[in-house]
Amino acid sequence: MLKITADKFPQMFGAINESMSLYLPVDRSDGKAEFKKWQEGDVWSDALNTERSAKDFFFPQSENLMKFKMEGKSIEVIDIRDENEDFVIFGARGCDVRSFDILDRVFLADPVDSFYKNRREHATVVSVACSRPAETCFCSSFGIDCTNPAGDVTLWREADAIYMEANTEKGDALLEKLSAFSEECDTKAVDAQKEKTAKILSKLPLKDLGTDAFGSGKTKEFFDSPLWSALSESCLGCGTCTFVCPTCQCYDIKEFNTGSEVIRYRCWDSCMYSDFTRMAHGNNRNSQVERFRQRFMHKLVYYPENNDGIFSCVGCGRCLSKCPISMNIVKVMKALGGNENA
Amino acid sequence: MQKITRETLIEKASGLISNGTVTSVLGWKRGEFDYDITPAIFETVEEITKDFVWNDFCGANFSKYLISKTSKSEGKILVFLKPCDTYSFNQLLTEHRFDREKVYAVGIPCEGMADITKIKATVNDGIVKIDADGENLLVTTLYDDDAKVIKTSDVLAERCVNCKSKKHVAFDELLGETGEVIDSDRFDEVAKIEAMTPDERFAFWQNELSKCIRCNACRDVCPACTCEKCVFDNPQSPVENKAPTNEFEEKMFHIIRAFHVAGRCTDCGECSRVCPQNIPLHLLNRKFIKDINELYGDYQAGAEEGSRAPLVDYTLDDIEPSDAVNRRDTDA
Amino acid sequence: MSMNEYKPLIVAFCCNWCSYAGADLAGNNRLNYPADVKIIRVPCSCRVNPMFILRAFQRGADGVILCGCHPGDCHYTSGNYYTRRRMSLLFSMLDYLGIERERTRVEWVSAAEGAKFAATMNDFVETVAKLGENKRLEDLRCKK
Repeated sequence: MLKITADKFPQMFGAINESMSLYLPVDRSDGKAEFKKWQEGDVWSDALNTERSAKDFFFPQSENLMKFKMEGKSIEVIDIRDENEDFVIFGARGCDVRSFDILDRVFLADPVDSFYKNRREHATVVSVACSRPAETCFCSSFGIDCTNPAGDVTLWREADAIYMEANTEKGDALLEKLSAFSEECDTKAVDAQKEKTAKILSKLPLKDLGTDAFGSGKTKEFFDSPLWSALSESCLGCGTCTFVCPTCQCYDIKEFNTGSEVIRYRCWDSCMYSDFTRMAHGNNRNSQVERFRQRFMHKLVYYPENNDGIFSCVGCGRCLSKCPISMNIVKVMKALGGNENA
Repeated sequence: MQKITRETLIEKASGLISNGTVTSVLGWKRGEFDYDITPAIFETVEEITKDFVWNDFCGANFSKYLISKTSKSEGKILVFLKPCDTYSFNQLLTEHRFDREKVYAVGIPCEGMADITKIKATVNDGIVKIDADGENLLVTTLYDDDAKVIKTSDVLAERCVNCKSKKHVAFDELLGETGEVIDSDRFDEVAKIEAMTPDERFAFWQNELSKCIRCNACRDVCPACTCEKCVFDNPQSPVENKAPTNEFEEKMFHIIRAFHVAGRCTDCGECSRVCPQNIPLHLLNRKFIKDINELYGDYQAGAEEGSRAPLVDYTLDDIEPSDAVNRRDTDA
Repeated sequence: MSMNEYKPLIVAFCCNWCSYAGADLAGNNRLNYPADVKIIRVPCSCRVNPMFILRAFQRGADGVILCGCHPGDCHYTSGNYYTRRRMSLLFSMLDYLGIERERTRVEWVSAAEGAKFAATMNDFVETVAKLGENKRLEDLRCKK
């Protein structure tokens, strides 16, 4: 295990940034944290988590795919993709790191999404263990240990120092670059932090949220449940939950006519929107109840059905704090899961 | 702390359901925590007794729900309206957006709603309990042994700090007392931005609007945004989009959103409350209200049912656009 | 005039009944105004909603001017009165967002005012040319 003291952070960030772009959570002017490309003087945020999830790094809200240019009767197709540079995501939480696995199963499955793969291959993920989870956290329900998150490098942050351990070759390579600032140390400080966090985790209000009621093969059980209508009663049909969600992966492919050429791009879509998966015959989910149901069935039933029982939720709690009407996956799970979840 | 109690509201709602005056109640439903309250329809006394809440976090404005709820149900619906909600209620009536006959409106006094984001900024993470105690909120967190005492007035939502009116402008019945229109400082923030240089203004809005994730929550929650199909959702429209693909689109969306409700916006502040990125969207709407007041005379949307909105009205000697834009320079 | 001199692109929305005819008269009288002014004919100045103005900027305009009948002379009685209020608010909002106020203008031009049309356009083009390219309300995708 390696230790770097807090006074060396600026140098450390500088050293990483020399060879690859470094992104880390920085406080915005309104006090909320957001991943930002590191610049001299930027201070690593203390916030528990970023407002937007870290999925943006691999699956940005909008990205251009190709261009078309008309010349007489011929159409030229222009490939506008750039090979990505190596970059480091520094300080992602365990929940967001797990979300990358969930996205991988969608974008790296056949047919492979080459845009996503390009970025994924160039990234080194440095995760940071949580020591102060919030009341909205429920990652343990999905088997995530926030005191020991995955990632190429796992990091534990204390007020005076950070402790790091590499989990992959990419991680080794990164720590190699930091050898000038780091010193070997034992696991005492980290063990103490883990123990302290475990005590907090045992007090979290959502710690007993169970997932047993859901998963593969439960479509029939829940699809026609009479509860959906009451749950979605006040849903505004906005896209907040889907856009702040680290695992929501639906997108739309659209075109923009610039006047001289056409840009084909893709952007996040939300199953809450009225024209989501709109087809020639119209929309197949015409009411908000159906759209609402789709979102939660996808996370809790359809996705696990196709992905070895893994749920498409990581318990980051963003939808809990962001939904305008405070309806969220926890309320849905408790309502549908019956007594054992209540 | 709210002056009227949860018990009073439950008693009223249960009574009106039991005696058949209404068939359903639009109210606030208990959440996982003390602050995540969901608007819900209650149909039985049991449901009301169990889950109905009324506390310092019942910010949601119910007026817009009446459009869909009155068109779906045959029965009468009971709705609780805070003073600011009554303005939206009136404005929707003016625009003939719901059936007044199917609504039983009960006006309730409001002491201002707390903003959970502000509370979270002042205490530790992990809020497990919030109790109201007179002028204070007692906040219990996972990380403190004792509850932290916060003055409610320090964590009021922005719209409540600058509350424009405690007066109920529409109701069938009033619980408690109604108040007066308040001479608030709500335009101060707008004036501050107006006083900046154009470069500063540009930088300010560029910074704010670049946070937008185009979730459309501001539009979807807005009681003045009631188009059946929004131009930004219509695939036939050239401006339809699901993401802010660049800075232009961010600006266009927010200018048009605010413009479309100009003269009809009651300044209820829901847009800023729901913004997941904390963009001060009300400052766009308030700019229009301030301009309208200054150029065409004071006008409060929703204050009077059936009033003529300033943008569907004119006088022969209105100010010219160039003079309107330059007027502040000549003032100075 | 050198080939590289910056020439602003101006979009002029002209109402069919007055200003468009005014532009026509300017042409008939061989009055000069820059060719960088692209006229879009609209049935009434009131037809122009804020989106038109913003979209013109998006598609590369450096300045947008809206011309209609003089107040009181609207072919539809009152269209331009509504225009006046709307544009006052819209321009004020653009100014609030830090967008140069000189890039937008409303001018009343009657069918008999060919000379005013030409003079207005000359003046507007000159004003916008001084500001330079529209950077604050541009859509980079539309830049060639």
